[in-house]
Amino acid sequence: MSSSKDGKRFFNTTAKKGEIHELKQELKTPDKAKKKDVVKKVIAAMTVGYDVAPLFPDVVNCMQTDDMELKKLVYLYLINYAKTQPDLTLMAVNTFVKDSLDPSPLIRALAVRTMGCIRVDKITEYLCDPLDRCLKDSDPYVRKTSAVCVAKLYDISPELVEERGFLDNLKDMISDANPMVVANSVAALSEIHSMSGKPVFELTSQTVMKLLAALNECTEWGQVFILDSLVDYSPKDSKDAESVIERIIPRLQHANCAVVLSALKVILKFLRFVSDEDFKGPMVKKLAAPLVTLLNTEPQVQYVALRNINIIIQRHKEILQNNIKVFFCKYNDPIYVKMEKLEALIKLANAENIDQLLLEFKEYSTEIDVDFVRKSVRAIGRCAVSIAESAQKCIDVLLGLIETRVNYVVQEAVIVIKDIFRKYPNKYESIISTLCENLDTLDEPEAKASMVWIIGEYADRIDNADELLETFLETFPEETSPVQLQLLTATVKLFLKKPTEKPQEMIQLVLSNATQETDNPDLRDRAYIYWRLLSTDPEAAKDVILSEKPVIADDTASLDPEMLDGLLANIGTLASVYQKLPDTFVARVRPAVQLAAGDFQAPTLDDGGAGQDPARAEQSAPVPDMPDLLGGLGDLEVSAPAPAAAAAAAPVDLMGDLLSLDVGGPAAQPAAQPPAGGSDPFGLDSLGGAPAAAPAVATQEPSLPVLLTVEKGKGLEVSGRLERRQGQVSYELSFRNATQQPLDGLMIQFNKNSFGLAPAGALQVPPIAPGASQRTSLPMSVDPQAATPAPAKPVLQVAIKCNQLGVLYLADSVNLAAVLMEDGAMQYAQFQQVWVKAPAANTQQQQLSSGGKTLEGCVQSLQGSGLFASGSGAFGAHLSGKFTLGALALVEVSAPQNGLVQVTCKSQRVDLLPLLMAHVGKALA
Amino acid sequence: MATSAIFILDLKGKVIIYRDYRGDVPISYADRFMEKVADLEDAGKDSPIIEDEGVTYLYLQHSNLYLLAVTKSNVNAASTVYFLHKLVDVFTKYFEQLEEESVRDNFVTVYELLDEMMDFGYPQFTEANILQEFIKTEAQKMEVTDQRKAPMAVTNAVSWRSEGIKYKKNEVFLDVVESVNLLVNANGSVVRSEIMGALKMRTYLTGMPECKLGLNDRVLLESQGKSGKGKAVDLEDMKFHQCVRLARFENDRTISFVPPDGAFDLMTYRISSHVKPLIWIECTVNKSSRSRVEYLVKARSQFKARSAATNVEISIPVASDATAPVVRASQGSADYAPEREALVWKIKNFPGGKEFLLRAKFSLPSIEADSSAAEGHGRKQPIQVKYEIPYFTVSGIQVRYLKVIEKSGYQALPWVRYITQSGEYEIRMN
Repeated sequence: MSSSKDGKRFFNTTAKKGEIHELKQELKTPDKAKKKDVVKKVIAAMTVGYDVAPLFPDVVNCMQTDDMELKKLVYLYLINYAKTQPDLTLMAVNTFVKDSLDPSPLIRALAVRTMGCIRVDKITEYLCDPLDRCLKDSDPYVRKTSAVCVAKLYDISPELVEERGFLDNLKDMISDANPMVVANSVAALSEIHSMSGKPVFELTSQTVMKLLAALNECTEWGQVFILDSLVDYSPKDSKDAESVIERIIPRLQHANCAVVLSALKVILKFLRFVSDEDFKGPMVKKLAAPLVTLLNTEPQVQYVALRNINIIIQRHKEILQNNIKVFFCKYNDPIYVKMEKLEALIKLANAENIDQLLLEFKEYSTEIDVDFVRKSVRAIGRCAVSIAESAQKCIDVLLGLIETRVNYVVQEAVIVIKDIFRKYPNKYESIISTLCENLDTLDEPEAKASMVWIIGEYADRIDNADELLETFLETFPEETSPVQLQLLTATVKLFLKKPTEKPQEMIQLVLSNATQETDNPDLRDRAYIYWRLLSTDPEAAKDVILSEKPVIADDTASLDPEMLDGLLANIGTLASVYQKLPDTFVARVRPAVQLAAGDFQAPTLDDGGAGQDPARAEQSAPVPDMPDLLGGLGDLEVSAPAPAAAAAAAPVDLMGDLLSLDVGGPAAQPAAQPPAGGSDPFGLDSLGGAPAAAPAVATQEPSLPVLLTVEKGKGLEVSGRLERRQGQVSYELSFRNATQQPLDGLMIQFNKNSFGLAPAGALQVPPIAPGASQRTSLPMSVDPQAATPAPAKPVLQVAIKCNQLGVLYLADSVNLAAVLMEDGAMQYAQFQQVWVKAPAANTQQQQLSSGGKTLEGCVQSLQGSGLFASGSGAFGAHLSGKFTLGALALVEVSAPQNGLVQVTCKSQRVDLLPLLMAHVGKALA
Repeated sequence: MATSAIFILDLKGKVIIYRDYRGDVPISYADRFMEKVADLEDAGKDSPIIEDEGVTYLYLQHSNLYLLAVTKSNVNAASTVYFLHKLVDVFTKYFEQLEEESVRDNFVTVYELLDEMMDFGYPQFTEANILQEFIKTEAQKMEVTDQRKAPMAVTNAVSWRSEGIKYKKNEVFLDVVESVNLLVNANGSVVRSEIMGALKMRTYLTGMPECKLGLNDRVLLESQGKSGKGKAVDLEDMKFHQCVRLARFENDRTISFVPPDGAFDLMTYRISSHVKPLIWIECTVNKSSRSRVEYLVKARSQFKARSAATNVEISIPVASDATAPVVRASQGSADYAPEREALVWKIKNFPGGKEFLLRAKFSLPSIEADSSAAEGHGRKQPIQVKYEIPYFTVSGIQVRYLKVIEKSGYQALPWVRYITQSGEYEIRMN
């Protein structure tokens, strides 16, 4: 029976129905050798995914044997099928218990090890006694196996572990004479500690000493366990930290990369406790060489090392600053290694090494892999933005690359040049002409949008800006929305800078296209805003649209310090590879925390990438298809504490009484949706058409009127406005935290009001860091229950509550356009009928300013405010509308004379008339 | 915290081995993994670590197999990936070839090994020579031993060597192998040069020998005040086999150890100080007309004449559409290898201080591809060079002594060999 035949003998058995029966019979054979053969067949069938569970009793019958190999096979079978046959598994218990008393340590260990793997409740009870014995076994091999078994048991039944005092056994075993027993005990304790969420295992300086002693003697894997657990120890003082570091530093010479990385993790953490600079300096220097050597390992290991290096150099650039050459890509490096090396090079770039780097980047820009080439081109842009004195050099290289006319290189170059213009406005304009020669190569939205932005921004310096834009405008309806938005803004800029005839024609074309022929609300809303701005006050439009844009920053150090600390404590683990905190991707640990932290990775407001988009750099990173993972990078609030829990904990107080607040509501549905994002009209206006005068957050969005000042809001500034979009009322809210503490647990309630407005869901605002702002869109519903019978007032009383500041009250004036419904249009005949029938009491008349508009202009303004033209003639125009809750609004506007119009309003609700009149007045002014 | 399961799959994704350690990853995940790998490969975004719906797949490919570790927790990724490589090492030692057939043929052994090497997802023991003492393949079982006892070494401080080893003749073979990595820019400037050294040992020693190795390490010699004597080298970073006492090394730079039995890598080191490229290549490309292109390649050996490089292979990238090669070399043989898009020039023996020439002419298609189009882009393979120079180390590293002390007091014979070879030796082309 030679082994080489095993494969064919066992794997060619295509197990069919009949064969189960056959195997069953064969298992009954008294011949030991044959029996083993049959069990092998069973295992082979199991391995290829065939269900051999029906053989359970027969296989278990073979368990009692002297043949070690057969025993192992049966155990393997048990591990896989015990769950399907819990009752029959009990049959095996006796043998297990007997084996755990066997004279051979190998068999004792095997019994305990296997029993721990059988995840059947009934078995676990029987496991306790053998485990108890084996934890105190005289043979270290049995003890090290039992130590791990405690963690297995804890996974199935934490109660049993605590009841039987196994945790204390484990803690005692840290003092075991055998280093492997120590290492496994520490691994088990660490796991239990993290599973339970309770402080099961706290490291004292005494335990640390024991662990350090075992460190020198245990296997490489044991060293990893010990080092990984040491990172949770906080040294008493600087001296303590120094002595631990000194004990660990020799590990950096280990051939096992995991030992090196874990040692590095501990050293980096402990160095922060060291106050003696004379100790620190030379120590940090010692870290460089081992890190560099990791780059000469297998590619998969290199990848892990590089992901970690890219974290480490965000804190300790100095470690590798002089070693940039080791990150130069080799021709045969796998793409995932190349990408990470490139990222490291970008992070290490400075004015001294930039010449060398640019040579490399240029070289990479001619490689085959498109993603890599793009990232290389982008790297040049990032260096230009981050190193001001080298910007010119970078631009020269970019121009050289544009001349290759390779399609994707040119597009990428245009995108980064846009960033460079954002960083250095009105410099380097000479390159615009080169860019303009390459317009026809651009076919990707991002590149197009960038180019259009550049043309708009420099419309006054580009002689034929109008012609260039015109060619883009030809395809306006087919463009993607980022390009459309940019075209809209660029055309407006062109018009403001060169208010000649042709731009005027263009702008009319664009505005009518963007308002009438699109169903994209972002585009339409922006077009309307421009339209209104331009028609009311062109000078103000200039101030807003052509204002100075905030300077973009370089994002190479993209992780916030807290996040970085978290990742540094996780060096070597998956968290470091994903560059995401473990809570956000690990399902097993503390599910509540995971939910909150995971869901709060809302895109921040400048996500559209006002030039430098941190997420973008990661898009091309080789950890693929994990937008949600990598989206968490950069400037996002990943480390936000769990607001759901906070909200739930908030006591029912004042606010609940006053406004009959449903406290359970917000807590029950924590953060289902990220705020802002899609519904936000200007979220995509990254390239800068938006007013820059607004506070930092609102740079990409139209500013909202302030409802509650910092003074009145105890440090919380609330801005907001009711909006109506596609038949839905929403409350656009923005919160700015001017206090010194993070604010969380925000909730909102409304008093009964004239329009029946009530929140359609809970307020979804992640915790707001001090100095930060959050913007959200609260969907509103119209509910007759929420309407007050009192005479209509255009006022909305709002109460906002947060955990730190208590309840804040504010009153907002209702934007009537938001409560006029879409189905307010009326046939002219119907209009006339209603108009004539309306009693005089339901009529109000007033002379208003036409704002210098013609009758047509007046109608247009009113149409933009929720009313619908019904009919018009030389005498004037009729418009209709319908309020939420169904009241009609009929308006007659006379032809303007001397800048005045006669306005007549009718409605079945008299109390709405003054509001309607005021609304019309505002729209016309 | 730990690995949930280890899979061995064939390249189509069929499960050959599935060892479940934690019961939270069923066998069906192999299919998901294969889908994901295929997707990523299509997108050109392959990565050795893949995340999908809260499950992480860490894997590597070896011959016609995937070795895959699956987890749902925040495992030590470095440790897991390295463990997969160790699996390859151990299986290779056991079955000589690690491939689909050998795994199928020995699946029982594979399961036994997986049981011993990892417990509850924690790597435990990966020393093949010790494992072989208590887990044996069918073929190895011929010799009767007691399988019911775990060797002491599994839990000992010396976990890589068993007691009671006996040899008639006690010998140690030590190979010092240096690989030179070189990156040269198209303008001829050396971007990066680096020496990766390895001390490979084969020991055939009785008992539990204590070994001490002395190198001409500058730091050590200077600390002993012997810097004047002979040449010393700066070893930038050394990595040791786990048998070397690291704390002792950190303390006084003594390399002391109890070696494993048989072959192992005692240490590796890295030297990044600038070294003169051993074989220098200059290549000029002349496009005499639209349809003719001429290559003139100069290869120069820049080491002492008493050494000689052997098995030199210089590969010069050539346009993919070149035809009708006419090649003349002043030494060795040169052939056009269209499948590699390169001209391969082989020189069996290349003594130091010599220069050889190669001329090659090719025809190009008379219709030129549009130079502005992307196709012409990104085909810039570098010139690659392979060579070996026996009895020579480029760094000048020397083994000053290798002492073997065993309580039985035998004399062991150390044999030391030196060799330098090319690593990643790349010269970029214009």
